[in-house]
Amino acid sequence: MRGWRVWAVSIALVVLIAEATALSLATGPAPLPPGKAFRVLLSPLPGLHHLADDANARERQIIWEVRLPQFLLAFLVGAALAVAGVVLQSLFQNPMAESSIIGVSSGAALGATSAIILGWDFVAWGLSGRTVAAFVGAMGITALVYVLSRRGGRTPVGLLLLTGLAVASLCSSVASLILLLGRNHQVTDVVIWMMGSVSYQGWQEVKMIVPWALIGSAVAYVYSRELNALLLGDEQAAFLGVPVERVKLVLLGCGALLAASSVAVAGIVGFVGLVVPHVMRLLVGPEHRVLVPLSFLAGGLVVTLSALVSTLLGAVPLGIITALIGAPFFLYLLHRQGSYRF
Amino acid sequence: MLEIRQVHGGYEGRPVLQGVDLRVAAGDFLGIIGPNGAGKSTLLRVMAGVLAPTQGETLLMGRPLAQQRRREVARLLAVVPAPSTPLFSFTVREFVTMGRTPYLGRLQSDRPEDRRVVDEALVAADSGALADRPITEISAGEWQRVNVARALAQQPHLLLLDEPTAFLDLGHQREIFELLARLNREQGLTVVCVSHDLNLAAEYCPRLAVLAEGRIFAEGSPEAVVTEAIITEVYRAPVQIDRGPAGRPRVTLLSEAALARGQEGRL
Repeated sequence: MRGWRVWAVSIALVVLIAEATALSLATGPAPLPPGKAFRVLLSPLPGLHHLADDANARERQIIWEVRLPQFLLAFLVGAALAVAGVVLQSLFQNPMAESSIIGVSSGAALGATSAIILGWDFVAWGLSGRTVAAFVGAMGITALVYVLSRRGGRTPVGLLLLTGLAVASLCSSVASLILLLGRNHQVTDVVIWMMGSVSYQGWQEVKMIVPWALIGSAVAYVYSRELNALLLGDEQAAFLGVPVERVKLVLLGCGALLAASSVAVAGIVGFVGLVVPHVMRLLVGPEHRVLVPLSFLAGGLVVTLSALVSTLLGAVPLGIITALIGAPFFLYLLHRQGSYRF
Repeated sequence: MLEIRQVHGGYEGRPVLQGVDLRVAAGDFLGIIGPNGAGKSTLLRVMAGVLAPTQGETLLMGRPLAQQRRREVARLLAVVPAPSTPLFSFTVREFVTMGRTPYLGRLQSDRPEDRRVVDEALVAADSGALADRPITEISAGEWQRVNVARALAQQPHLLLLDEPTAFLDLGHQREIFELLARLNREQGLTVVCVSHDLNLAAEYCPRLAVLAEGRIFAEGSPEAVVTEAIITEVYRAPVQIDRGPAGRPRVTLLSEAALARGQEGRL
């Protein structure tokens, strides 16, 4: 029954992603025909160099140095956030979970705010101080939430959820306090960072997110069976032979790394981690061997399209677009669904 | 098969079990009865190895349960948890296939053998016709059978059940217990079932253990255990016990009205 739906959704996603790629490469302050943009992209492949004969050096540079990294960044940020959402929703047995629930967003915001206001202008591995600080903040706060939620060798999910909430609001207040110290332009910087964007980033940021997004998603896929079992609750997963506490730690780390690396390079891009897994579950069901890879693709597609809209609207921050589209769509789903079933 | 020795245990700041000794032999069909808060579900958790006792130990197949890997335990012992509402819409087949988790490697997809075991489990639990339905859209009785099917897909030697007939009507209660009796009789499956329902437990389980205040209060055949003295003391409620058509004890709760009439009769 679900077989054909899985295939239909997969094919639709691949086709849409190809179109979105061409459109992303073509769209910007200096528009190019999508076909040409696509041909420039394919031209380095062996035997295809003639494809880009009609493109001049500037067009090639725009594609290769500006739009391709931005496209890849948007795609990977979306993919990573969606897979993080899948993992955390299973871990919490809660369809409303996403990465902010374990302190990733607030930790990253605290890190980035500190870096911007306190002037940590270092560059490490080609990454700006705020990117590094956001990543460290996100992982540090998640680790703190985990440690504070331990009780006698266990991490009850309810406790994890509440600890996450408390620590997140603590982080937000500290970040707001630091914000008070800032000058006007720095405060503006923080606010823009919070809204999420991929418009100013390049290959360095892509290089930072690639390993985390790919490794994190691969780990999630490898743990598909455990994710299925955990969706039924910790105890039931244990009945099925899952060493729950160890798996929980691996998956929490995996979700945190996926989300932290996205937030670090792109700021806070909301609703993707919540809505994409949800919609994919409605389309293809909750079986994670299907859900993880398809959410990866769908998350990538959604943020690529959002970035496209953001460019068309003259660099409106990405996070605003995803929330503007995501929130009403989510409300619509909740309304249409009627009962509390996922 | 399963042996519990002087087990104490419970939850943080709330000890529940206070020295339980219990042996389950291969082929047993044991019912655990007892009032609310006596520790029935806690005992089941300890037997399943998901709650570590604070004192004493549990042996599964002669080896301490605490030292065995979860995966290996799940091949020997399956649990049908207390009924709950499913939130995520797996199909019945996907859900039952989760019972194969302890047999499959990380990247391994289901083998023909796994599909065969799942099919057999579905048939054994009378759930074959439900295979493609979402678990969120079946009735409470069907859902409980599907839970048994998933446990059977683990190919266990021992099946533990926590109140499998709670919230079920008479017909579905009978269906579940007939299913357990058949699995016990025909496949030699060892069954341990926590039950609230004294009459059902007495009717189907050849051996009963009464748990009260964290200890085994009485143990033996239904005839030996379900007596007016024991039940009245443990449940703190007046009952009358006679024999059902199968010869097993039958418990009738005595209301104030029944007691009043009884007194009149005696006068």
